[in-house]
Amino acid sequence: MSATPRIAAVDMTAPDSPGQRFEIPADRPLKLDSGVEFGPVTVAYRTYGAPNADKSNAILVCHALTGDQFVADTHPVTGKPGWWEAIVGPGKILDTDRYWIICANVLGGCMGSTGPKSIDPATGQPYGLKFPVITIGDMVQAQARLLDHLGVGQLFCVIGGSMGGMQVLDWVSTYPERVFAAIPIATSYRHSAQNIAFHEVGRQAIMADPDWRGGDYLSAGTLPHRGLAVARMAAHVTYLSEQALHRKFGRRLQNRESLSYGFDADFQVESYLRHQGSTFVDRFDANSYLYITRAMDYFDLQAEHGGSLPAAFEGTKTRFCVVSFTSDWLFPTSESRTLVHALNAVAANVSFVEIVSDKGHDAFLLDEPDLHNTLQGFLNGCAERRGLRGK
Amino acid sequence: MTEPSLLSAAAQARPRASIRVDLKTIGEMVEPGSRVLDIGCGDGALLDWLSHEKNVDGRGIELSQAGVNACVAQGLSVIQGDADTDLKDYPTGAFDYAILSQTLQATWDPKTVLGHLVRIGKRAVVSFPNFGVWHVRLKLLVGGKMPVTDSLDQSWYETPNVHLCTIDDFVELCRVLDIEIEYAQVLDAAGRPKGLRAPGFFANLLGEQGLFVLKRAR
Repeated sequence: MSATPRIAAVDMTAPDSPGQRFEIPADRPLKLDSGVEFGPVTVAYRTYGAPNADKSNAILVCHALTGDQFVADTHPVTGKPGWWEAIVGPGKILDTDRYWIICANVLGGCMGSTGPKSIDPATGQPYGLKFPVITIGDMVQAQARLLDHLGVGQLFCVIGGSMGGMQVLDWVSTYPERVFAAIPIATSYRHSAQNIAFHEVGRQAIMADPDWRGGDYLSAGTLPHRGLAVARMAAHVTYLSEQALHRKFGRRLQNRESLSYGFDADFQVESYLRHQGSTFVDRFDANSYLYITRAMDYFDLQAEHGGSLPAAFEGTKTRFCVVSFTSDWLFPTSESRTLVHALNAVAANVSFVEIVSDKGHDAFLLDEPDLHNTLQGFLNGCAERRGLRGK
Repeated sequence: MTEPSLLSAAAQARPRASIRVDLKTIGEMVEPGSRVLDIGCGDGALLDWLSHEKNVDGRGIELSQAGVNACVAQGLSVIQGDADTDLKDYPTGAFDYAILSQTLQATWDPKTVLGHLVRIGKRAVVSFPNFGVWHVRLKLLVGGKMPVTDSLDQSWYETPNVHLCTIDDFVELCRVLDIEIEYAQVLDAAGRPKGLRAPGFFANLLGEQGLFVLKRAR
């Protein structure tokens, strides 16, 4: 597919926009965790590679909070490379010559799947805050409907980092027989109080922007870009680590010899964060940010299973590979270890690797050789047992 | 058999015939097709041998992160963990065999660890260096210093072996814990069977290592 690197030139809600589409009809709606029956729903997705004869080579990639379905090709809005091209592609770890890679934009997203900026058929206006509150489980339900449509019974693997990892765990818990192997990376079985707190800061920044207009900014013709940029700046700090920030920027000054004695971006780190904020608003919808962060906050597999995390995985036959990073303070290793102990308690087949990295939470997106060796070895072992042939 | 192209490069690099003799001696104790938990699995050599030679469904626990990463990178199911703290999570009877090779003497609480081994595994396979072997006794008696041998190759101030025992001590602990000794023999320093059944006076005097197959008494 071709894409022009022109900001906001692509309307991802248009039916002819890049990628594929699947419609969940209004007469067979999603049954959301909130009790709402919701439809019609569009699921925008991308596939890479091809299915084998019995479609046993399908890998579902679950994207993180601000990710999307453009895993391994040029992003239609930003013109940047796919967010996981480090591992997805021909001959790479998620080898598109061998596996059929599927990634869907989450329910509530803003890259073509139905979300708060989609048009509500009942009013002809964008949903805004009339969009129902959704959960990680609701996102997974929409993905399951897509896989029904694609004719995939059992996925060879479900993989994802951060919020993607929450979806991986929800998949195994909700549809145990549909997942042969699961790779939750830099994630947790529940969102911690600290993480909910950071999300609340971001949401309050958006809602404090006068251009947010009570969520109706699209109808009003405004965009709460200042609030959304601040939300992104605060969140972005949590994706890095103290060492990574110091190594990248230290206390170096931005385009100047001395302090300005004012509130310009004197420091490189300030300039960097402002840039992160301002580019984010070009590709992301503020209301989607509210809804998706809420879905993460509500995620708690332990509470969903009567306070017993092992109960979420009782009888599982799925092979797990749990991965964490030493410098990730958003989803620290201790959370992964609790998950591993729960999996041990049901005698699940589990591998657990903590990768030494100073790059913080975002390490899962970056070039980390230990991560790549782990994924390669785990997937090869699983493919052997699943009877998937090499190239 | 599996196609070579499906095996990871790391798994291909190591010829399986080269497995260390002490590990192979332990591996021979395991029935084909069984479920095995290898505690202190190191670089995964025994697990790899068991999965390919005996079609075993194997899992491992390893203390060192480098060991875990090496295991997972060759397709083995291994977690980072500690025999002293991480065995309590596993359900009773989850495995056919729980293997603890050359590690019991390095745990903080061997009694509890041994209890977990026979709880988690229908059988436990345990090997350990015998502090009762004649030349260890002699070194202490004549030399008056803590013995350093092939099986115990570090000085007292740097050894991880905080709970050394003799074969007779181990048999005593099994009796206290109501553990049945199904099979026992002594090994030489390399881990080869010496053809001498344990327990017994000569086993405790001549064995460099003890190898026991245990289960909970009914």
